[in-house]
Amino acid sequence: MSYHKLKLGQVAILALVAICAPLGDSCLARGMRELPAISLDHPLALIAAVFHPWIAAGIALLICFFACYLTALSWADLTYVLPTTAFGYVVIASYRWAGILLITLGVGFVARGPSLTEKEIAEVAVESKS
Amino acid sequence: MMLAVPTLGAVNPWLAAGMIAAVAITSTIGEVLTAAAMKSIGDLDDIRAHSGLKGAIRAVLTCPLFFAGVGFLALAFFALLFALNHLNLSLAAPASASLTLVTNAIAAKLFLKENVDRRRWTAALLVCVGVYLLAH
Repeated sequence: MSYHKLKLGQVAILALVAICAPLGDSCLARGMRELPAISLDHPLALIAAVFHPWIAAGIALLICFFACYLTALSWADLTYVLPTTAFGYVVIASYRWAGILLITLGVGFVARGPSLTEKEIAEVAVESKS
Repeated sequence: MMLAVPTLGAVNPWLAAGMIAAVAITSTIGEVLTAAAMKSIGDLDDIRAHSGLKGAIRAVLTCPLFFAGVGFLALAFFALLFALNHLNLSLAAPASASLTLVTNAIAAKLFLKENVDRRRWTAALLVCVGVYLLAH
């Protein structure tokens, strides 16, 4: 069975997906907490909020997350990318050890397998059997 | 001795399950469509090497499947906001996030024809329970 091993750059992309999403969310949350409550009666306040430094940083991190996520999906399976990048949950709350242990185990399980479904090899195997 | 029982607020449990299911379903459709779009486009690293960053961005922005995926992801976001408006945060957020991991694995096997073997099922289930424990 042939395995698609990831290159160093691809591992870095997956790490960026895992890190940028929770950091971006945290920056947005911190920025929104520093602002006074925004009412739907004044939607323009939301546009002004975009220029708050923490919220701008959060948006930049989330754009970086989405670009890296799309790049990862272009060379790896969805069922590989989602559990692997779930390591980001560990970044936000590192004190709940039961959850961390299970997520880490899940990441380890999937990361040791192939990153892409090998359709051609599977088809060749079926043809050679028949 | 008083025991803390998780509550759904005043919402019917079936309605709560429906809201969480709506988030999981729209999110799964969005993820699968986005993944299918990126597979149809090809390796973005290769495209960027040949056509530069602008070429890679153009390849993504000219794929209709990508916009369908982003549309469903936006729908999932609003479905989550709606659920959070009616349910406790400690129930809605972890339940929908962890359920989405499992439905994604099922949808990826059915529609993307990914080889979801025992290793990936185990990973999805472990992460699913882990996310629930972490966020609950």
